[in-house]
Amino acid sequence: MSNAYLSISQVDMSFTRGGTTNQVLKNIDLDVQRGEFISLIGHSGCGKSTVLNIVAGLLRATSGGVIVDGKEVNDPGPDRALVFQNHSLLPWLTVYQNVEIAVEKTFRKTKTAAERKAWILHNLDMVNMSHALDRLPSEISGGMKQRVGIARALAMEPKVLLLDEPFGALDALTRAHLQDEVMRIQSELANTVMMITHDVDEAVLLSDRIVMMTNGPAATIGQILDVELPRPRDRIAMADDPRYNHYRHEVLSFLYEKQRKVEEIDRHRGKRGGAEAAKAVKRA
Amino acid sequence: MSHTETLDRGRLIGTGEEPVPGIWRARLKTMREVFISRVLPPLIVIGGLVMLWEMLCSRPGATLPSPSQVLTETWDLITDPFYDNGGNDVGMAWQILASLERVAYGYSLAVIAGVGLGVLVGQSTWALRGLDPLFQVLRTVPPLAWLPISLAGFQDSNPSAIFVIFITAIWPIIINTSVGIRNIPEDYRNVSRVIRLNGAEYFWKIMLPAAAPYIFSGLRIGVGLSWLAIVAAEMLIGGVGIGFFIWDAWNSSLISDIILALIYVGLVGFMLDRMVAWIGNRVTRGTSAG
Ligand SMILES: Nc1ncnc2c1ncn2[C@@H]1O[C@H](COP(=O)(O)OP(=O)(O)OP(=O)(O)O)[C@@H](O)[C@H]1O
Ligand SMILES: [Mg+2]
Repeated sequence: MSNAYLSISQVDMSFTRGGTTNQVLKNIDLDVQRGEFISLIGHSGCGKSTVLNIVAGLLRATSGGVIVDGKEVNDPGPDRALVFQNHSLLPWLTVYQNVEIAVEKTFRKTKTAAERKAWILHNLDMVNMSHALDRLPSEISGGMKQRVGIARALAMEPKVLLLDEPFGALDALTRAHLQDEVMRIQSELANTVMMITHDVDEAVLLSDRIVMMTNGPAATIGQILDVELPRPRDRIAMADDPRYNHYRHEVLSFLYEKQRKVEEIDRHRGKRGGAEAAKAVKRA
Repeated sequence: MSHTETLDRGRLIGTGEEPVPGIWRARLKTMREVFISRVLPPLIVIGGLVMLWEMLCSRPGATLPSPSQVLTETWDLITDPFYDNGGNDVGMAWQILASLERVAYGYSLAVIAGVGLGVLVGQSTWALRGLDPLFQVLRTVPPLAWLPISLAGFQDSNPSAIFVIFITAIWPIIINTSVGIRNIPEDYRNVSRVIRLNGAEYFWKIMLPAAAPYIFSGLRIGVGLSWLAIVAAEMLIGGVGIGFFIWDAWNSSLISDIILALIYVGLVGFMLDRMVAWIGNRVTRGTSAG
């Protein structure tokens, strides 16, 4: 085995339903170092969530496996927290209680009640949600829900943070704000992060490495891009940085030249420019 | 209400008027609006129907008493609901309370057993396949059809009545609970796995709250059916209770008493329904339709 902190080796995944088997992932191999920020990018339906769910332990790979910190992943564990694609807050619990349910479970034995309370408040503060502790999920905006989802994951003090399109459904301003927050939190806590995204700028801005997946069925890793931009990164300064634009171009050309799914979408929906097509993929 | 209030205050301060009387004026205004839009229509309709009833039943040869006649004939019953002359001869309040007591026993048992079985059927496909056909057949049996068999079994009228309530109320509770459990989004299950809740924690913290809106709609249907069934069952078993009161009044040709009892039965049934809906609303924090 390699000495990486998290390693995904030889993972194949197929789903069988009603006698028909379709292979979603084929031969996924990836080593992630401790404290590294990895983005997974690829067209909709290629199997990104499936990869993340396997790492989280929610799904079992058909063959191959995942090792985190020397231990094989078979089930969800306290070392890996997942932020779901659709936030998945429990609608009958308040913002505070949604974080509390995870904290109570994780730290029941190691923290006192007062420490747990302070820890919950601290994590909600970290995502700037202290003002809405007693609101129900139905009473807060999509961006706020996503932040609570992130707080819930962070509050478990995971070594690996798994983010499934955490900002997918947000407007550009909220998204930028939360990206900055995630960058700040990651630099503070030095978590290992795997994040799925559809957004090329987001991937380049946040990641140490961008893992680009080919289209399904039987998707695999097509290319890995090292992003060697100094941290902390500033989105405004980055806009004029030629290296930033080079990385951006690399990812775009992978997605829209080497993996030609966009053209199919274009044919279905009429002609669109590149940026428009990217949005279409996001919505799909 | 508070919305109108603040809007109004803003306007009044803007015009430099003293705000306090404005608040009261606004409050009175909203109260008047509520009265006109909510209270007045039912009052008018009910008043009209009572008048029609009065006209129809005041004619010579009318078989049913008119409202004024009902009122005069039952005045003693209305004004003294708590008299107790021993035996079955007790006030209306006691009659209704006796029925409510039976409903309370039968319904409570139905809630416990119904939610339990509903969870079982909702969770286990095997239990669903095994029990569902049985449930689907048994739930169509009319409540009163259970009475003879339960009399035969219990050899006593009171437990039989309670059993009829139980068996009537349990089906919608089982079915709604199991549907609620089966409809729990996969996401909640994944959340509970990621934060690593164990079986009991999953049951109390995820499963019951997630299914609560469905469970409460079953509970609401159940309480309505219980009340329907108790009145009918009591007619047959006798003793103190609003159902037998009606039957007794019929045997004594006290039609006005029957009408009064029907009004009470309706009102109590309505209150039971509202009560369960209210509890459901509190428990589910407004996520259950009520
Ligand atoms: N539980 C399942 N059973 C059967 N097929 C599944 C299951 N989960 C995912 N799939 C299939 O696997 C493929 C990949 O799904 P996945 O959710 O991983 O895609 P994704 O890359 O995350 O897409 P998106 O970007 O739209 O979220 C899809 O074709 C999907 O239909
Ligand atoms: Mg996905």
